[in-house]
Amino acid sequence: MKDSYDGPILEIDSLSISFFTRLREIPAVMDFSVRVMPGEAVGLVGESGCGKSTVALGVMQDLGKNGRIVGGSIKFKGRDLNEMSQEELRTIRGSEIAMIYQEPMASLNPAMKIGRQLMEVPMIHRGSSEKEAYERALQVVTDVKLPDPARILDAYPHQLSGGQQQRIVIAMALMAEPSLLILDEPTTALDVTVEAAVVELVKELGKKYGTSMLFISHNLGLVLETCDRLCVMYSGEAVERGSIKDVFDEMQHPYTQALFRSIPLPGADKNARPLRAIPGNFPLPHERPKGCNFGPRCDYFEAGRCDAGDIKMFDVPGNERHATRCLRFQEIDWQAPTEAGDTTQKSEPGRVVLKMDNLKKYYEVAANALFGKRGDTKVVKANETLSFEARESETLAIVGESGCGKSTFAKVLMGLETATDGQILLDNRNIESTPIEGRDTQTIADVQMVFQNPFDTLNPSMTVGRQIIRALEVFGVGKNDAERRERMLQLLDLVKLPRAFAERMPRQLSGGQKQRVGIARAFAGNARIVVADEPVSALDVSVQAAVTDLLMEIQREQKTTLLFISHDLSIVRYLSDRVMVMYLGHVVELGTTDQVFAPPYHPYTEALLSAVPIADTRVTKKHIVLEGDIPSAMNPPPGCPFQTRCRWKSQVPGGLCEKEVPPMRQLGDGHQVKCHLSEADLASMEPVIQIAAE
Amino acid sequence: MALFLLRRIATMLLTALCLTFIVFWLTNLAPNLEKLAKNQGNVRMTDEQVASFLQDRGYSQPLPLKYAQWLGVAPGWVIEGRDGTVRSRCNGVLENGVIPEDGRSFCGVLQGDWGYSTVFQDNVGSIIATRLGLTGKLMFWVMVVMVPGALIIGVLAGMREGSRTDRSLSTVSILTTATPEYVSGVVFIAVFASTAFGLRWFNGSATSAMEDATFENFTLPVMTIALYGMGYIARMTRASMAEVMTAQYIRTARLKGVSFPNIVMKHALRNALIAPFTVIMLQFPWLLNGVVIVETLFNYKGFGWTLVQAAGNNDIELLLGVSVVSVFVVLITQLISDIGYVYLNPRISVS
Repeated sequence: MKDSYDGPILEIDSLSISFFTRLREIPAVMDFSVRVMPGEAVGLVGESGCGKSTVALGVMQDLGKNGRIVGGSIKFKGRDLNEMSQEELRTIRGSEIAMIYQEPMASLNPAMKIGRQLMEVPMIHRGSSEKEAYERALQVVTDVKLPDPARILDAYPHQLSGGQQQRIVIAMALMAEPSLLILDEPTTALDVTVEAAVVELVKELGKKYGTSMLFISHNLGLVLETCDRLCVMYSGEAVERGSIKDVFDEMQHPYTQALFRSIPLPGADKNARPLRAIPGNFPLPHERPKGCNFGPRCDYFEAGRCDAGDIKMFDVPGNERHATRCLRFQEIDWQAPTEAGDTTQKSEPGRVVLKMDNLKKYYEVAANALFGKRGDTKVVKANETLSFEARESETLAIVGESGCGKSTFAKVLMGLETATDGQILLDNRNIESTPIEGRDTQTIADVQMVFQNPFDTLNPSMTVGRQIIRALEVFGVGKNDAERRERMLQLLDLVKLPRAFAERMPRQLSGGQKQRVGIARAFAGNARIVVADEPVSALDVSVQAAVTDLLMEIQREQKTTLLFISHDLSIVRYLSDRVMVMYLGHVVELGTTDQVFAPPYHPYTEALLSAVPIADTRVTKKHIVLEGDIPSAMNPPPGCPFQTRCRWKSQVPGGLCEKEVPPMRQLGDGHQVKCHLSEADLASMEPVIQIAAE
Repeated sequence: MALFLLRRIATMLLTALCLTFIVFWLTNLAPNLEKLAKNQGNVRMTDEQVASFLQDRGYSQPLPLKYAQWLGVAPGWVIEGRDGTVRSRCNGVLENGVIPEDGRSFCGVLQGDWGYSTVFQDNVGSIIATRLGLTGKLMFWVMVVMVPGALIIGVLAGMREGSRTDRSLSTVSILTTATPEYVSGVVFIAVFASTAFGLRWFNGSATSAMEDATFENFTLPVMTIALYGMGYIARMTRASMAEVMTAQYIRTARLKGVSFPNIVMKHALRNALIAPFTVIMLQFPWLLNGVVIVETLFNYKGFGWTLVQAAGNNDIELLLGVSVVSVFVVLITQLISDIGYVYLNPRISVS
């Protein structure tokens, strides 16, 4: 079936794609070239809106009604895809080029059984009989390591977990053994440990079938782990292209450099070595500057030269297939050390403001919401014996994957839910059973939240200023409108937004700016405890750094207690003082950042650390892949919650892990671990992340 | 599933009970009863005479008791009137004041005794049965024309949103939905059945269709009802189809190499039908509405026509019977719609 073609699988040459609206032509991709050789994995990296997904859809020739390829060629195995008829394209799609998408749930047909959706591929492309197709589907589902393939084939998509769905999407792509696989942010919607397993699977299958891959991602660490070469995109253009090693270690474009400086790598520290956010904003497609697109945000910008005219890709001498779109790449001293940003003093944590003691939150879930009989209920233990304290001007990170109970905890603290048992002490006052309606204004103003998705949490029909003033009114700040308006403007200053933004509508703001408004609103009543629920995970890398730094700065000024909920261990390591790791409602490890990030670990922390991709070629990690999915909180395993996936389980004698929930053990200096492992076993753990000597 | 059905049927019965009680109460309001007395007795009756007339015939009993008797869960009344005759609900005028051996003490809806129609001088039960049969015939043809027509128009329009086909089909459906039956019916009669345009293709009256429906005498009433509902369902289907066609799993299918007809048939259709299915089922009660107008307009003596006659002539028993049947038609279609919804949408489970 496979032909013996040995040239480049995919060759994109000065491709330009535009979208046409009634007003104007919007160029989405300009002068883009990339080559994918057989068996090679090429990463396409860039922030949202840089055109990387458009390139993928361009390859698939599926740009919708408004999109059109306006220049260049896309050659697949030497044949130009632009010149193919719909008929020819259809025979290539799914059989020669397959695609894996960002949201597995949305990309599977909800009303069609998994088996049918998989079998369709060989039935279309190879004319296989139903029986052959079923055999093939069974084999591929086994290949993607799903348990009980026959049952899975007979299931509907909604009956599977997110990780399983993504494996099905991968299986679907592999049904016809394509030569080229396009992966569009395949793991963004998944948890870290699940992501690690999926990435592992993709790499393994890529090798097994010899598939070439085009891997689209915004995550540099992930690209480092999966790809051989990468192409960095900025505002519709490729700015740098080369092998992983060349680009990571000898970057030749200011944007690539700025990108690396804005992500928290091991060694970054909020006080001594703060991140450097890229100044300015991403240009809108129709407002791109003349000359270099990155010019206005570039440290090395030279007026009259960088903005003179279009810039071509230059080959970097000495390196193989390494090119950059920078006029000055030979003049810039790339080895120059980063200008030390403003270093700040570490602020000392003050007195205890918040104390949780044995907090429990159980939900009763009726089997059938409408006609459920009494006694037909299940208990979901969302939070189990949560105890910790948080001090003034301290950052406590709460880490865990979906379903670990971190959001439930935030809800109980905010008063959106009341606790089942245990207590929450705010300044020694019990607030665990007071719902938010029953709390006084001061308590509500004291405990505020910054939400994950800035796009949904602002009222779309109210100006920014009005929304902040509204919060001020609710918190009873200011005597009259004039005072509140003044305070609102001060808040805008605090979050570093121009005062003119008060009159803007949320839709006129970028994601990072919206999140700043969210922060301003949270701090409107001089909040003393701010729960930040994944505040930067919806934002682009370069914006993340700026928003994180802003939070840190306000914290230093206002001595706020920050409860930082996140699944991103890199950022947690960067900014938090203490870390609490949660799994299935249990706190499995609690300690200072240094204690948690160094052995001895809880086995779950160890796996979590290993799963997080780190964008640094000097880092070597111990390879731990967790099998299976996170158990459902409706039906948790007996004994230790982590025992189903733990690799250390065999070290504990007598099957203790399956029988008893381990006690919280003190390891000194406030470091606590909930594990049955013996002292000796804990002491024998090796560090997961090691940085090679420079 | 069995338990679900059982629960649904129980809820349905309760709803039916409440609704019939409301209708019963409204039809048994004092002015209605007075009118009834004057109709059946004497138009020049005095107030006292009216009162004794109603008293003698059981109308003055408390409302709940009357309702229970009508339902058949309480024994029918036996009242000795001021004129000395003994009347009973179940056995008519009693000769010597006692219920005969073969007489019944309960006679209500539950016993199958729906009462006696004052307009048609016949048993309500048998009137409803024949009329319902006639309307059933009309509805059947309406459905046969309307549902496939609407779905085809909706799917064709929705599969390529914004195309020329879409725009022209959408215009047609908006036009038909925006024209109520009493307008379209009159227009149809004027155009196709009168001498005004010289097109005497169809019959303007459907009376003969009750016996023997032909293309000639049945087309106009069927089309009048069908067109109105068709536009509505087609709009729903179009919206649902257009939304489904932009879904990511359709892109998945397209990039899997599935051909366009197969995308529409295998991937989009089932998902696109989930929303309109409920609308189609909700359309049944609406059709009853249209039936009232169209049957009167075309003089087709079905269920709707009977309702008009019963309401216009203050025929309490018949009106009650018609309401009970309507309530059950509505509730049963809702049940079917819920079950069908579960079947179409695997994400909803009833167990």
